[in-house]
Order: sequence, then C-alpha cells, then structure tokens
Amino acid sequence: MFNILWLIPALPFFGFLVNGLVGKKVPKGIVSWVACGVVGLAFAAALLAFKDLLALSVEERFVTQTLFTWIPSGDFLVNVGLQLDPLSAVMILVVTGVGFLIHVYSIGYMHSEEGYGRYFAYLNLFTFAMLTLVLADNFLLMFVGWEGVGLCSYLLIGFWYDKPSAANAGRKAFVVNRIGDFGFLLAMMLIFSLFGTLRFDSIFHQAPLALTFGGGMATTITLLLFLGATGKSAQIPLYIWLPDAMEGPTPVSALIHAATMVTAGVYMVARCHVLFLLAPVSLAVVAVIGALTAIFAASIGLVQNDIKRVLAYSTVSQLGYMFLGCGVGAFAAGIFHLMTHAFFKALLFLGSGSVIHALSGEQDIRKMGGIAKKVPLTYATFLVGALAISGFPGLAGFFSKDEILWKTFCSSQGSNLLWLFGALAALFTAFYMFRLLFLVFHGKSRVEHERELHLHESPPTMLFALVVLAILSIFGGYVGVPKILGGHNLFESFLEPAFTRYFVLESATEGLHSLSLEWTLLLASVAIALLGIFLAWVLYLKRAQIPATLTARLPGIYNLILNKYYVDEVYGALFVIPGRKLSEFLYARFDLGIVDGLVNFVGEFVVRAGEGLKRIQTGYVRQYGFAILLSALCVLGYFLLK
Amino acid sequence: MVPTHYFLFLSAVLFAIGAVGFLIRRNPIVIFLSIELMLNAVNLSFVAFSNLLGSLDGQVFVLFVMAVAAAEVAVGLAIIVAVFRARTSIDVDEMNVLKW
Repeated sequence: MFNILWLIPALPFFGFLVNGLVGKKVPKGIVSWVACGVVGLAFAAALLAFKDLLALSVEERFVTQTLFTWIPSGDFLVNVGLQLDPLSAVMILVVTGVGFLIHVYSIGYMHSEEGYGRYFAYLNLFTFAMLTLVLADNFLLMFVGWEGVGLCSYLLIGFWYDKPSAANAGRKAFVVNRIGDFGFLLAMMLIFSLFGTLRFDSIFHQAPLALTFGGGMATTITLLLFLGATGKSAQIPLYIWLPDAMEGPTPVSALIHAATMVTAGVYMVARCHVLFLLAPVSLAVVAVIGALTAIFAASIGLVQNDIKRVLAYSTVSQLGYMFLGCGVGAFAAGIFHLMTHAFFKALLFLGSGSVIHALSGEQDIRKMGGIAKKVPLTYATFLVGALAISGFPGLAGFFSKDEILWKTFCSSQGSNLLWLFGALAALFTAFYMFRLLFLVFHGKSRVEHERELHLHESPPTMLFALVVLAILSIFGGYVGVPKILGGHNLFESFLEPAFTRYFVLESATEGLHSLSLEWTLLLASVAIALLGIFLAWVLYLKRAQIPATLTARLPGIYNLILNKYYVDEVYGALFVIPGRKLSEFLYARFDLGIVDGLVNFVGEFVVRAGEGLKRIQTGYVRQYGFAILLSALCVLGYFLLK
Repeated sequence: MVPTHYFLFLSAVLFAIGAVGFLIRRNPIVIFLSIELMLNAVNLSFVAFSNLLGSLDGQVFVLFVMAVAAAEVAVGLAIIVAVFRARTSIDVDEMNVLKW
C-alpha cells in the first residue's frame, strides 16, 4: 500500500489547482468541500500509510518511493522521491490531521471573506508544500517544500493585502526567512561537495565515516543547517517575524505559525540528527539557543496585550523547548513535544479566533473579560488548551514538556542550568497562559458595549475543530507516558528506530538515572505549573490591582518587556536602516550613475553619430553618382597599384 | 582584324563621356542617355573580350544587359513623367527632397 504515498502531497496540490483556478467562480460550498475533502483524503492516506508502517517489523520501517528523476546532470542527480519512516509518519499525521481540522474551522471563520477561494487555494498549497517537506527523501526536495511553505506563509500573512501592516508583516516574514534559507542552502552545497549526493539515506550512511566526530566540517554544516532552522522556526536571533505574522487570518496563525510550518526547523534538525550528533558543539548551540529562546519569548509573552501576540510568543517559546530537546540529543522528546504542541497550540489559536470572532474582531485583551458564560464551549476548550500547555498533570503538554526537561537534566549533553532555564520558562508559560485566560474569560467585562451586543458563540464548523483538538490535547500525551508513571512510552519506542538507524552516540546512554531524581523533577515541574497558574490567579483575579501597582513601581522593566526588549528597534538600527542607506547609495551612484549611464551613453552615442552622418545624404542624385564613381575609381586604383 | 585594345579604348572613352554626362547634366532625359552610353560602353568591352577569348559568354551577357537597360528605361521614363505631372518640372537639382 506504500505506493499510494505520492497521493498524500498530491491531493492537496490538486485542491490547490482546483481552488486556485476556479475558486473565484464557483460557490463557496464547493470551494470548502474541495479544500477540506482533499486534506481529509490526504489524512486518510496518511493513516493507511501509518498502519502499513506499523505492520512492518521495527528495522524495516523505512520505505522510499522514487517518483521520477528530477535533475539528471552529470554526477548531480536528484530524484523526486518520498521517504516514510517513523519520523515522517508522525509529521504527515500531524500535518494532515491538524491541517484538516483547521480547514474545517476556516469554513466558519472565513465565511464572509472576499477572497474565500484564494484563501483555501493557499491553504491547500501550504499543505502540499509542508507534506513535500516532511516526505522528501533528499535535501533539495525538502528545500522545495521549505521554500513552498515560506511562500504560502508570506501569501497568507499578507492575505488582507490592502492592510499595510499585514503586507509589511508578510514581507518581514519572507525577508527574515531568507536569511535562514541562505544558511540552509550553504549547508546543502557543503553536503553535496562532501558526499556527492543529496539523498538523506546515503548521506546519513556515509556521515559517521566521512565526518570526524566534532570536526570543523560537521560543525559548519550543522550550524548552517541550524541557521536555516532558526529562520523557519523563529528562534533567536531570527524570531522577530513570527509575532508580526499574527496579522494573517487566525486559522492561518494556527496552522502555519503554530502547528506545522514553524516546526519544520525542528523536523529538519531531527531529520539530520546524524550530522548533529557528530557535532557536539552545534548540538550545544541548538540546546542553548532553544533554552534562551524559550525563556526570552516567554518573558515577552508575560505582558503582551494582544491575544494573538501572547500566543505567538508562546509559540516561539515552545519551539525553543523543542530545540532544547533536540539539542540535548532527545530528538524523540522534541518531536513528541512538536506533536502535542501542534494539538494544544492549534487549539489555543483556534480558540482565540473563536473569541475574536465572538467579539467582532477585538484582539486587545484589555477590552475583553467575563465572556466565559457567553461562549461556554470556546471557554471550555481554551481552558483545556491552557492547562495542556502549562503542563498540568495528565494533559498532553505535561508528558512532552516533562520528557524534555527530564532529558535536559539527565542527558550527557544537557545540564542543570539548561534545566533551570526550561523550568523557569515553564513557570512563565503557565503564568501568561492563565493571565490570558483570566483576562479574557473571567472577571468583569471590559468589552465595548457595541461588541457586547453581538457577542455570540461560533458556528458548528469552528466548534467541531475546537472539540476534536481539545480531545487530542487531553489524550494526545498518552502515547508517550514515561515508564516512571507506569507507561511504556510507545511514542519514543516508535520513533527511536528512526534516530538509531544510522548512528548511535556511544555516550548517549542516559548518564544518571535514578528513580528518586526523576520523581523529584516530575513533581517539581508539576509544582512549577501549579505555581504559575496560582500566581496568575492571584494577580489577575483575586487582587486585580496588583499588576497595575507593579507596572507603576517598575516602569523601566515593564516598558522594556512590553516593547519586546526593543529587539525590533535594535535590528532596525543595525540592519534595516544601514541596509536601506546602502541601497539608496547604490541606487543613486551605481545604478543611476554607472549602469544607467553606460546604457544611456551607448544610446546617446548612436544618436549623435547618426545626426552627424545624415548630412552626407543630400538628396542630390548627382552627388550620389559622383560618390559611386569616386568609390569605383578607388577600388580600381587599389587593384592597379597592388 | 582590329586589335582588341582599340575597342577597349573606345569603350573607355564612351564610358567616360557617359559618366561625365551623368554628373553634369540637369535634364533627366539626358542623364538617361548618359547611363545608356555607359551601359553600351560596357557592352562593347564584353563583345571585344568575347571575340578575343573565343567564348560566347560575353555576347550572352550583352543580351541580358540590353534587356535590363530597356526595362530600366521604361520604368525611369514612367517615373519622369509622373514627376513632371506632379511638379511641372523635371530638373534633377530640384528633386532633392529624398533626404533627412
């Protein structure tokens, strides 16, 4: 049944073609059926492929399907080939599954939009590109998907293109991503020059022999790859585009900027785990950047007032967790968090979309409050999402986050300091999520009167997605219950073969492993989550005046964080303004002066020469005749004298 | 037997007369006559060489030249008539508008 693998990306592409070509002319119902149908079918195909993969024995769970030769050029040969192993199986299930729910949700959310067909065409194209990315069996095809999702992200952030802020945000996302892509491209070229191929399978087989452990080449390649990952997955220093990307429609934020596309970097690092394991320096960089991003973004999230921006910084922070997991060599834990995060963050975004929908477009949480009764189902599902992301025991986020923190503490690549960062970020996470929840749903209503009148629960298509995602957020973690809690960690044992197929680090066996320590850390992370929730409860419900006093007391710190540590301004001063200056200079001097000057000179020269030479043509026949005669005589004279 | 260079001298003289006539006369009819003169000077040398070399090629060429010349005169006279109708003058020095 693996020969249907190609259908998984092909179906959404078909949907894109249909909706892109005739989406404008056919009724909205048909557009929605096509768009959701193809993604639903892709999900079904992914399930079939997953079932067949499970039926294989553990060592055989690696299936490739070469569709056709794409670029045959001497030694350089690239096939369009798909590869299914446990890692890509998890990814296609997440992408098509969550993608399908968000498509369904979009029917309700976008129902009154002008560009309905365009929206679904982009969404289908995105799904196609993302599936290409995760199913590709070589770097170049992966890069195609990588750029494809970047393009769709740009198109969808700027979906309301007549709004300048949206158009700018799209451009910012695109430009910042280009910086990362540049690293990815360089890494790809290095890999090709070293291995002579771009196929994952051959590269990873050769890598342990071709690269010296900890050598400069391995470090360079992996650092460049990681640069690509920081761009796509919004890590320090390239995270700045993601909060702005919230200008796009909310389902887009849920699908692209929370659940799937931004995890492409994590997937890529996990896919190239062989290379990263060979470069301990890069691995340490990944872990440190991940931990720093987790705590940095979480701290910004503490004070933001836009409901979607809080979630955006939360996404950046959670992506930091995933990288932290990968950086300490716990790739399976990183992917596990990727999956659970896809569930609860998609849920939270869709929930925020439902709130925004209910409040006729209001996004400022200072103008919300006390709406829990009016939108009960949205509230319930949002609560589930908030509990899950905070790491409340028993929900999806608890298992995956705990897994990462535990691995960070005990793995030989991890350290206590990284654990502390992670734990602090977890505290922040619990705090800002419940700050958001309390400000939006509890307390006194601060909703403008006009909007309060229209307050309504969302349509069933939206609620359906919310409920399914809520169920996934509750139970999604039970595939990876750690042994200490009596589980079997099915998820990890399913994924592990993909990470031990080519290369196992000798020292990768867990350094210290004591049950009491694991219990202590487990309880500590539960305590941290509860503490964060409690703090939010005290500050924003019980004693709602405290935050105001605090901000008044500490205006410096508050403003620093509220303005996102002025990172955008610093980048602006360091890169954007000098870049613009340089462009202006080059435009005025080089472009206008030299390039245009040269072209104009040639044109001018020909015109002038023509002006001069036209005088020869007098119009008198006899002068022409004389010229002919003279010329003939000259030719004759030449032959005579020769 | 007349030596060949006599013919060539005559041909050169005729050609020179034709060329000078073409350059100094204003009446297009006379200019045409001069052109005919030059063509016939060339024809003469063709025939002379044909005779000298014992080949008929030159004589065949002469026939072609005469045919082309006749056609050319027909077209040329027609143009002159047309110009005269348009401008009531056929002075070539006044026909100088075909320029920049």
